Amino acid sequence: MQGPLIDTLARQGITRRTFLKYCATLASMMALPPAAGRAMAEAMAAARRPSVIWLPFQECTGCTESITRSHSPTLEGMIFDMISLDYQETLMAAAGHQAEEARHAAMKENAGKYLLVVDGSIPLGRDGAYSCIGGRSNVDILKEAAEGAAAIVAMGSCASYGGIPKANPNPTGAVSVSDIVTNKPIVNIPGCPPIPVVMTGVLAHYLTFGSLPELDEKGRPKAFFGETIHDRCYRRPFYDQGKFAKTFDDEGARMGWCLFELGCKGPVTYNACATVKWNGGTSWPVESGHGCLGCSEPDFWDAGGFYKALSVPADPLRIGAAAAIAGAGAGVAVSFANRAKKNVARQTHETLTVEDLEK
Amino acid sequence: MNELQFLTWVRGPGLDIAVGIFVLGVVWRLFEIYSLGRKKDLSTPRHAAGASGLHTVFRRSLPPPGMLKRSPVSYIGGYIFHIGLAIVVFGFAPHILLVTNLTGLSWPGLPSQFVDLVAVVTMAAMVVVLVDRINKPAKRFLSTFEDWFTWAVTFLPVLTGWMAVQHLLLPYTTMLALHILSVEILLVVLPFTKLFHAFTLFGSRWYNGRANAQRGVPV
Repeated sequence: MQGPLIDTLARQGITRRTFLKYCATLASMMALPPAAGRAMAEAMAAARRPSVIWLPFQECTGCTESITRSHSPTLEGMIFDMISLDYQETLMAAAGHQAEEARHAAMKENAGKYLLVVDGSIPLGRDGAYSCIGGRSNVDILKEAAEGAAAIVAMGSCASYGGIPKANPNPTGAVSVSDIVTNKPIVNIPGCPPIPVVMTGVLAHYLTFGSLPELDEKGRPKAFFGETIHDRCYRRPFYDQGKFAKTFDDEGARMGWCLFELGCKGPVTYNACATVKWNGGTSWPVESGHGCLGCSEPDFWDAGGFYKALSVPADPLRIGAAAAIAGAGAGVAVSFANRAKKNVARQTHETLTVEDLEK
Repeated sequence: MNELQFLTWVRGPGLDIAVGIFVLGVVWRLFEIYSLGRKKDLSTPRHAAGASGLHTVFRRSLPPPGMLKRSPVSYIGGYIFHIGLAIVVFGFAPHILLVTNLTGLSWPGLPSQFVDLVAVVTMAAMVVVLVDRINKPAKRFLSTFEDWFTWAVTFLPVLTGWMAVQHLLLPYTTMLALHILSVEILLVVLPFTKLFHAFTLFGSRWYNGRANAQRGVPV
């Protein structure tokens, strides 16, 4: 099945029209010019399916769960039509040695050309022993697989930035892919989990233009991570009007007012949830009444509590009382010092008489 | 440190440290000032209408006769930026949220567009006052490093806060973090500079008024 993609699609009964529509949608989502949709269609139709190796490390399989709920295109469609997913532990039928063999075969056959997708962080503590596959540590496998990869996609916040495993106190010494691999192009697709269409979009871009899309300074595709949740949020007008839900079940919450006061991290979170939405465009966290957690930002887990508004202290002001007592102590000590100084001055004071002045 | 970590730090440990130093400094300075004590004035008090501590507390808020004309920038500019600061600090909804979170006290906020306008007017007044300080030879001669410094630490929180709201220059996250950091610098500096007048203002007016009332002089 290594023929051009358009043949495969035709065999599956997908019309040219449907395919063009799909490419146009992807292009517009990525804010590419209209002509790019056609270019994308042409490139993808002619493309031989690139080999994709998906390495799961210290993760919860949430990223895979997310991608399997990719509706446009469907996961099956993507696996069989657009890419050749040669290794994905969770989804592949093979197991054990067979699975490892599949990976090695794919790496050998497509050396220098395959796309490496990584989900999960990489533990470095205790020589990487916290997470091993087939007796080998994650860091070891990653280094080997990265060698022959054309590019690497860090799927999810763990692979992109260390994610939850890296949360304070980071017991396993978890790091991101870019902390280990520095000599390959890396695209970060953070999110906990990431949005499926972002993954597909990046892949389509790669197939069409042979390069990775434009990235921001955190290695994320600008097309999807260019604006904050807050700036694109449909509840934004309520923020500007000062209408806030105070609890999750008050009148404001029922009226769909802004969730800023309930700890929404939308203003500091760059992601496409507000525009692309989830579950085939059904809804997204803020629409279902919960503030944004900021899951696509580095170290979101340690960003001061999910339910604390961004403008309030992340830490309770614990040292306030102690500071007041210390201040009072310092004040009293200085007062005594001042009084002692005064007393000394009084005692050493020499009375001056008129006679003294006339001397 | 990325910008979200920066923001988390200024909201967390940074704020802890700043508020700690602020509270410590304020309590210390107040103790120190009020424990100095004053000798009892043994002279016979003279009485004059309008001469008392309380009178002076209010009278000093008004320009003495003729002074408004001689130094309009100081008075009008001073009024505008002090009132503006109060409106911005206590009228902006996110600021009220902060106070509510710390103390449980809450009051209705002003519309953000109005607060925005006030912030711009406040900054303009502060710039005018600064330019006046630079231009007038007497004012410039009397100015020390502390004057320029305290102006800057007062101005920066307004500027960064306004820029954060307006999405200017830097991403919102970074600007918000810089805003909180600038407020923390202000908190740390306040008890140990002339900005402490926020606390000593009425006490010192009362003292001066009282001392002059003893001599029968309404000041």
